Parts: sequence; C-alpha cells; structure tokens
Amino acid sequence: MRTHRATRKMEDTMAKSRALEVQEKKELASKEETTVPAKYYVPNTDIYETDDALTVVMEIPGVEKKNLAVHVENDVLRVEGRIDFSKYEGLEPVYTEYNVGNFVRAFNLSSKIDQDKVGAQLDDGVLTLTLKKSKQAMPRRILIS
Amino acid sequence: MVFADPFETLFNFQQTLDALRASSWLESTPSGGGPYPPLNVFRKGDDFVITTEIPGVNASDLDIKVRGNAIQIAGIKTVDYSDKASRHRRERMAGSFDRSVTIPVEIDPERVKAEFRNGILVLYLARAERDKPKSIKVV
Repeated sequence: MRTHRATRKMEDTMAKSRALEVQEKKELASKEETTVPAKYYVPNTDIYETDDALTVVMEIPGVEKKNLAVHVENDVLRVEGRIDFSKYEGLEPVYTEYNVGNFVRAFNLSSKIDQDKVGAQLDDGVLTLTLKKSKQAMPRRILIS
Repeated sequence: MVFADPFETLFNFQQTLDALRASSWLESTPSGGGPYPPLNVFRKGDDFVITTEIPGVNASDLDIKVRGNAIQIAGIKTVDYSDKASRHRRERMAGSFDRSVTIPVEIDPERVKAEFRNGILVLYLARAERDKPKSIKVV
C-alpha cells in the first residue's frame, strides 16, 4: 500500500512539471436528437471513491452557479451546465482555436447514493460533486466473535 | 430575422467559430512553449479580446506578461486528490504551460486588462492610439 501511494505521489509531482497539452473538447454524440442543432460538449471528468463517498470532478469553464443543474435520479447522475452566451455579444471572432457550448454528461452510479446528501462546489470552472453513499452501500467491518 | 431565439444564435456563433479555426491571423513566437492553452481572439470595435479556457488553474498560479505586441500566458495547473481515494476515471490533466503570441496590431501595454472568472481567462487589449485608423479629410 505504501509503495503504491509513494508511486502515486511521484506521478503527481512529475505531472506538475510536465508541459500541458491541448485536450480537444469532446463533442457530445447524443443518442436522442435535440430540437436545436447547437453543439454540446462533454466535460473532462475525474471520479474517485472513498469508503463513504463518491467524488465527481468536472471541468465546465464558463458555467455560472445559477446555470448549473445536477440531478441524481434512478441511480443516474446527470450534470448540465449552460454557458452565458450573452458575454460574446458584440465580439467579432477573428481567430479561433476552440469552440464554446453548453456542457452535459451523465453517469450510471454503481453504488447506492444518499440522494439528500449531494454536495456541490464550483471553483474556477471546476465542479466538485460529493455523493455520500447510503448506509447499505458502505463497507462494514464484520466482527468475529 | 424570424428566428431570433438564443439557440439559433448560439448555433450560428458556433459555426462562425469553427469556420475561423486556426486561421493565420495570430502568429506564435518561438519563445513560447506549446499550444496550450487554446485561444480565441475577437475584435471589439477598435480593440481586441482574447479568451482561453483554463479550468482548475488558480489566479495566483497565472503569470501574464505583455511586451510590445507579444503576450505571454504562463501558469501551472494542479490536480490534487486525497491519497486514500481509489480512482475510477482520470481525464483531467495537470501540468505547466507557457504560451506566447504576437498580435498583428499595435496594442497599448499599459491598457491591457485581465479577468479570470469561472475558469475562463479574458484579456482585453486596447489598440494603441497611433495604430488606430484615422479618417483623412479631403480639402
């Protein structure tokens, strides 16, 4: 365990000095057709799990708190973030390297989540969702009598 | 126009952005590193606006310099999680970046403003007074 952790720490330290490369924004390939032709993007997401919670970290640059919808329903987590498109009014593009659009992504949750205990925080375009596991889903230590 | 709804406008805007993908307008300078972060450049009246998406970067880890018409955007993006967690999915990238670009118009370095909100960095570049077109009156 310790060596594993040490390797991970080293990887993280190395990652800090590594030069970042451009990650092309992933366009959403929707199963259902939308009534409007606008493009949606799939946010880059990290997911990690601890004994009592599942944490989902998503990059949704340009989305304000008020334009963010997070739903947990039937073991599906769905996040939709809308960008404030009016900010681009009066701006005439002359050179572009990336496109802008609303973000949407959904995950099937494998462990049971306590739907009343979903924590959400938005910092610098990064959304951190903390999904507390329901009591039944938490690992239980079995005492040997 | 009949369909002046925001979705229609958004779609048109997205198409315009795609059409101008990496035109030759902006030159990279050899001093700068890689192509991260990707930039969009807009014209706003006489002035220019540069936007870039750098979610997860702290404002204190950003270093922006202006020298003549060259703009340098450098910084570090960190992705830190607790050691105890087991990771299921890892798509966010951490690392450093350093990019320099030269704007093909003269800008006033004193009047460059930077704004960083919700992971989007916006640079407002004011065109130098002497570079602005002047109308000549015929006498």
